[in-house]
Amino acid sequence: MSTETTEAGTDDARRYDVDNPAPLITAPRARTARTPKSTRTNFELYGWLFMRLSGIVLVVLVLGHLLIQLVLDGGVSKIGFAFVAGRWASPFWQVWDLLMLWLAMLHGANGLRTVINDYAERDGTRLWLKMLLYTATVFTVLLGTLVIFTFDPNIR
Amino acid sequence: MPAGTLYRGREGMWSWVAHRVTGVLIFFFLFVHVLDTALVRVSPETYDETVAIYKTPLVNLMEYGLVAAVLFHALNGLRVVAVDFWSKGAKYQKQMLWTVMGIWGVLMAGAFYPVLQHTLRSLFGS
Repeated sequence: MSTETTEAGTDDARRYDVDNPAPLITAPRARTARTPKSTRTNFELYGWLFMRLSGIVLVVLVLGHLLIQLVLDGGVSKIGFAFVAGRWASPFWQVWDLLMLWLAMLHGANGLRTVINDYAERDGTRLWLKMLLYTATVFTVLLGTLVIFTFDPNIR
Repeated sequence: MPAGTLYRGREGMWSWVAHRVTGVLIFFFLFVHVLDTALVRVSPETYDETVAIYKTPLVNLMEYGLVAAVLFHALNGLRVVAVDFWSKGAKYQKQMLWTVMGIWGVLMAGAFYPVLQHTLRSLFGS
């Protein structure tokens, strides 16, 4: 059988020349008008890059925050409403805290998304855990942002 | 090593496990921490009463644990960046992990008194 096929193939090939070209066969993976629109994006690539870039910035922001809050000037003893009011009187620390809030929440949410995707095997479990995660993340980011922008040292 | 597993043990896997565990713990703390800070919008008294919880011996000790988790996650995160972006990163990943652990140990020793001084003072006098 294989001998016959080979001979037939050879015969076919001999029939094609400049005046009688072989039919064009589209490459299997070529995009045509009938190819469904791709649902793939570079989201995971940008997520991966965001984790590294935000991580480097967060090393500075978070370690600075821990140094001020828990190490310098008596550690946790000094923390209270007056201390917060003193720090948020400066736009520098407001921006610091706002940037830290957004980057840390998005960095943490993306990290937890990865953990959920890795360990929650059932589709339903994964969906609900991520819905819970996204809801908590949006709520926390918005609440924190609102608190920084509307802080009133003379609330009493 | 069991066949067909991605879990290969040693420095590479255990630093990855520790990075996940500390990351999840820090995220849960961050959630609580934004909520407690939001109490500054309620009243100074409410905020100060809640912050008083952070000054109890048990929670103060947990803050030392938080510092431990954050320091490891930060230093090991820089190691992950080096593994991904430095051409020799993968080759030196073990040496970098032990460097991370060394720096972590020094910083944890240095943070012991400053972070826990509130509790140490209240338990053992001035």
